[in-house]
Amino acid sequence: MGARCVAQRPPPELMAVPSARSPASPPVATQPPRSTVHVSAPGASAAGRGGARITRRRLSEIGLGYTLLAPAVVLLLTFEVFPIVYGAYISACDWRLQCTQFVGLDNYTRALTDSAMWHALLVTATYALISVPLQLGLGLWIAYLLYQKVRGQEMFRMLFFLPYITSTVASAAVWSYLYSPDKGILNSALRLIGLPAQQWLTEPRGVFLLAAQSLLGVSVPLWLQGPSLALVSLIAFTTWVFVGYDIAIFLAGLGNVPTELYDAAKVDGASGWTLFRNITFPLLSPTTFFLLIFTVIGTFKAFNHVWVMTEGGPGDATTTASVLIFQQLYQNNRYGYSAALAFILFAVILLLTVVQNRLAGRRVVYD
Amino acid sequence: MAVVSAPRPRRPMSLTRAGVYLVLLLGATASLLPFVYMLMTSVKSYSSVVNNTLWPWPPFGAESLQLQNYALAIQAIGFDRQTGTPLLVRYVANSVVVTLGIVLGSLLTSVLAAYALARLNVPGKNLLFLFVLAVIMVPEDATLVPKVVLMYNLKWYNTYMALIVPFTVNVFGIFLLRQWFLQIPKELFEAAVMDGMGHLRYLISIVIPLSKPAMLTVALLSFIWSWDSFKWPLLVTRDSNMRVLGVGLQQFKSGEGGTNVQLLMAFAILVVVPVLVFYFLTQKQFREAVTTVGIKG
Repeated sequence: MGARCVAQRPPPELMAVPSARSPASPPVATQPPRSTVHVSAPGASAAGRGGARITRRRLSEIGLGYTLLAPAVVLLLTFEVFPIVYGAYISACDWRLQCTQFVGLDNYTRALTDSAMWHALLVTATYALISVPLQLGLGLWIAYLLYQKVRGQEMFRMLFFLPYITSTVASAAVWSYLYSPDKGILNSALRLIGLPAQQWLTEPRGVFLLAAQSLLGVSVPLWLQGPSLALVSLIAFTTWVFVGYDIAIFLAGLGNVPTELYDAAKVDGASGWTLFRNITFPLLSPTTFFLLIFTVIGTFKAFNHVWVMTEGGPGDATTTASVLIFQQLYQNNRYGYSAALAFILFAVILLLTVVQNRLAGRRVVYD
Repeated sequence: MAVVSAPRPRRPMSLTRAGVYLVLLLGATASLLPFVYMLMTSVKSYSSVVNNTLWPWPPFGAESLQLQNYALAIQAIGFDRQTGTPLLVRYVANSVVVTLGIVLGSLLTSVLAAYALARLNVPGKNLLFLFVLAVIMVPEDATLVPKVVLMYNLKWYNTYMALIVPFTVNVFGIFLLRQWFLQIPKELFEAAVMDGMGHLRYLISIVIPLSKPAMLTVALLSFIWSWDSFKWPLLVTRDSNMRVLGVGLQQFKSGEGGTNVQLLMAFAILVVVPVLVFYFLTQKQFREAVTTVGIKG
């Protein structure tokens, strides 16, 4: 696939470089980035040359190369690679400003037997399981509608994109207010149609339980109560933020589906759902796959809005893994434990990405 | 990212099409509503907020636009203890300094590294490139604790250094610019050498001017990301005059802004407006930049 990705692009021409074919367009960038490693054929020009003059030139080129690479590489080593090693060390310590006691794997065993961690993983998984299909489904649906040559397409795209580019803290602050039990517009709306007001972000009880109680007047068993309303409220916010992004990516993907395929299928009498099911969806699968991985990783990183809206509460109803790591670090100053938690989360994310690759990779159709 | 629409048969507006517009309009309303609500609330009086009055202005109410809320918000956010400058000014200044530092810093390191990776004959550069890409796979949380400890060790805690330096390298930037530089024909360099240029002159006077769109993309990415940063500044700053806008807003929300929602909303408007203005000015480029890579967590 890598080679094809390169081959598809027309040979670069001088006039086209500054304006057309921005490398920023998603279909290119979303491909696994191994693609163009071979293009420049390094070393080829050096081969078969002799002479002191050229060697010196060659040496100075190497020197310049390393000089240019140095700032980025030093920064990456200091702030990305070294912290992994350092983090492993910290996680094996009882850390109070320094390693006061080497405790080996204690932090890990404590984390794995800590119900708080499993609860956090459960909350994160619930969050991901609801928000990922919701976001991607809505995004694909709206993108497909927009693709049907609607009037004002540009305006719609602009509007849908607004939530995504807004500062998270600011929009989370507004949403907290929308959700406010006494002053919020959501409860005003509920009262208007005669339903009981809700506690939203401060409601630890499950949504099925609440729905059964307020709509049917019956109770449901605890195991059936579903995710807490607080968590669902956060998911609604996340969906609001990210749908515009998904739409933009899906639209880019839809733009790549060759229109001749539609024409051919229409000649065969296909229409509507059949077209979507048999042409659009399979051809869109690389885009969907990219978004899937990206969104799942995103839900595991979810922090800013959770912290602003609930700080993980009520109780631990919205304490995602990321929030738990932060709490242990920021509020409890348990550096070693927090570092161990982070590594466990890292392992889970890696595992998930590999599993997704295995599962979905087989079903993804390229070209 | 031109969107080619599927061809559709010509016929008058059908029920389905009406449904399509209905869904789209609903979605657009949902996207826009919180902004409208934020703007409206920011010019309401406290009593209208408490009494939950949706529209306190004529013709339904007698209230005038409470524009003084913005001044009141600045008062309520507080002042720097030493210099007496309003903290909001500090927040904005900090955000601008940090954002500028990150944007310029990451642009510089990315351009240099990308050029070396794309055009210079350096042994081991493919390995280096793979290394750069591998860094993308490491989630931010995994290195959060050691990075914070590192800031203490370097004595960078509560300084601009901590807010800026770790983010002056942008892996996506290196990748994007490398791809772009590879598209610039080699003959151009050969011609430049004929004119007596070295690599550096060629990079500065030819490659960079040709790469404005890609560089703008990288700059926009860094801009949105750093303007939105929250978790890291919360962890590595202590003093109120070192806060960036996001942290300041969150602290205000858990303090006075929690009761005086109209002031909180005025503050939020002030945070949101710069990005929105930026977005409207550079719409298409902006959207393409952001959709290139996921940058928001």
